[in-house]
Amino acid sequence: MNVKVDERGYYGKFGGAFIPEMLYPNIEELRENYEAITADEAFKTQFDQLLKDFVGRPTPLYLAERLSEKYGVKLYLKREDLCHTGAHKINNTIGQILLAQRLGKQKIIAETGAGQHGVATATVCALMGVECIIYMGALDMERQRPNVERMRILGAEVRAAESGSKTLKDATNEAMRHWINHPTDTHYIIGSVVGPHPYPEMVARFQSVISAEMKEQLLEKEGKTNPDYVIACVGGGSNAAGAFYHYYEENAVQLVAVEAAGLGNHTGKSAATTTLGKPGVLHGSKTLLMQTPDGQVTEPYSISAGLDYPGIGPVHAHLHDTGRATFYSVTDEEAMKAGIELSRMEGIIPAIETAHAFAALKQMSFQPEQIAIINLSGRGDKDLETYIKWGKY
Amino acid sequence: MNRITSLFERKAKNLLNVYFTAGYPDLHDTLPTMKALEASGVDLIEIGIPYSDPIADGPTIQESNGKALDNGMSLKFLFEQLAEMRKEVSLPVILMGYVNPIEQFGMEAFCQKCQEVGVDGVILPDLPMYEYLHGYQELFKRHGLLNIFLITPQTSDERIRLIDQASEGFIYMVSSASTTGVKTGISSDQEHYFERIAQMQLKNPCLIGFGISDFQSFQKACEHASGAIVGSAFIKAISAQGDVSAKVKAFVQKLLKN
Repeated sequence: MNVKVDERGYYGKFGGAFIPEMLYPNIEELRENYEAITADEAFKTQFDQLLKDFVGRPTPLYLAERLSEKYGVKLYLKREDLCHTGAHKINNTIGQILLAQRLGKQKIIAETGAGQHGVATATVCALMGVECIIYMGALDMERQRPNVERMRILGAEVRAAESGSKTLKDATNEAMRHWINHPTDTHYIIGSVVGPHPYPEMVARFQSVISAEMKEQLLEKEGKTNPDYVIACVGGGSNAAGAFYHYYEENAVQLVAVEAAGLGNHTGKSAATTTLGKPGVLHGSKTLLMQTPDGQVTEPYSISAGLDYPGIGPVHAHLHDTGRATFYSVTDEEAMKAGIELSRMEGIIPAIETAHAFAALKQMSFQPEQIAIINLSGRGDKDLETYIKWGKY
Repeated sequence: MNRITSLFERKAKNLLNVYFTAGYPDLHDTLPTMKALEASGVDLIEIGIPYSDPIADGPTIQESNGKALDNGMSLKFLFEQLAEMRKEVSLPVILMGYVNPIEQFGMEAFCQKCQEVGVDGVILPDLPMYEYLHGYQELFKRHGLLNIFLITPQTSDERIRLIDQASEGFIYMVSSASTTGVKTGISSDQEHYFERIAQMQLKNPCLIGFGISDFQSFQKACEHASGAIVGSAFIKAISAQGDVSAKVKAFVQKLLKN
């Protein structure tokens, strides 16, 4: 199936660049230059080198034997949790900092929810010696104190977003407002496959290293590049976009996206955008969006701050719309249990975002000879407090 | 003829456009505020449709949006408030809003309602020119609505020409790289930018907005353009307790010193 973005940034009905005129020159500058810059040999060499020596790529593709036996499928885990800083987020921030340098931008801003993208951004800014401001919802700063301090240790300034609901959506608003006020010397490193074109495609390409490696590694282990399933959790959707990217056109590979259902989809406390959302426009793109009948954006809920976003990347809205990907939703409770199960059976404590992908295994049915890959997008160190509070282990 | 077009035919200088958020500070202040603006000698009225995520706006207008939503304002209710406005208000009326609430209302239904109640123009900051030209222009024209575009100090001359071609009514000249109400006063850099635009001799008149808050900045703007737009400063002025028409009159008098 065709999942290519068109010239105006659309994946089918979704995408585009719905931005105020104040941001037009910035977005246009990116759109005109990012393909040429990222296709340049010197860029590719530097990007690959940093992914290898700084991030620690390639990340392993690990056969989880005990879980395989339990779920009746040959289950591989793509170990993005072993990336430097603890999640896949850094693949994108490395790409964007190199891009920002080539665009001549001396300052970096970013938004963060749980703090993983903020830490990954602060890390690459420290690496390159550039000024870094991270916007984070005031409420999230309280919930994710250790990541706030990690960013500060790395030399970033963390600014509290005090507007609206004081979470990821508002941090994104504040970062966009900052960019409007500082359009010439600043690059905005968006952390997911959201935002105005070309961000969703650009971020997906930087993350596509995940599925590129999956293909090579599976070929080595199984003699074929394609599994039957690729499974990933989706908030904005950057780890899923990276895991799906090189499989979009491989129609025999079933793409499985797992959203956060919070306390349940019909409780008013959920973040399952494809179940609860309608087409709308937020943060520069047309996508599925959780909103009131009057078009006011509503506040999602999930135990996992990284899935707590009212929209979804336009590419995922398109994958949902066309049926190319199957969407599941998983409650807080199911995700936490899956996180504990992975810890006990494979010795890996996952991020709670990632635990959602594992919880979907219970909703799926497999043939024993089938192969599934779960993108293990992040490790659970940052979530210890949440595991402890939940307490059922 | 469209009220905006005929206004600019009658008056070419010192035009004052005042922005306020619908349903702010109280839900039922919309129409009284419009009447007071007309009585005070303002030339155009711009009404903000409140939205949960107004990314082009600074703190003052964000807060007024939040308060108006808490008051129960919605686009549907706004059209109810404006249903009879043409019996009492003759000034041109512009609706300013973000795309999402309008898309949920339905773009066609929105245009029909605008025409029905007598709205003359719209400002949709997050609807880019490309989307407008390819999706909405024909619809807006059919309902006699002028779409007002923004330009900024960073907008290239080439793009300003394109915007001038696509515009009717006037061009909204954003005075600095800024969200609303963040910077105040007019610097010499900004004056250079105003001059550059003046020398381009666009077919549309320009009104300068963002950072226009008092008599001095209004005068400065009027030296370089057909007039100015005041938003955040007005919102601050009407936030205090008190009679709507007295607050509006006091603010406008001070701004115009008349």
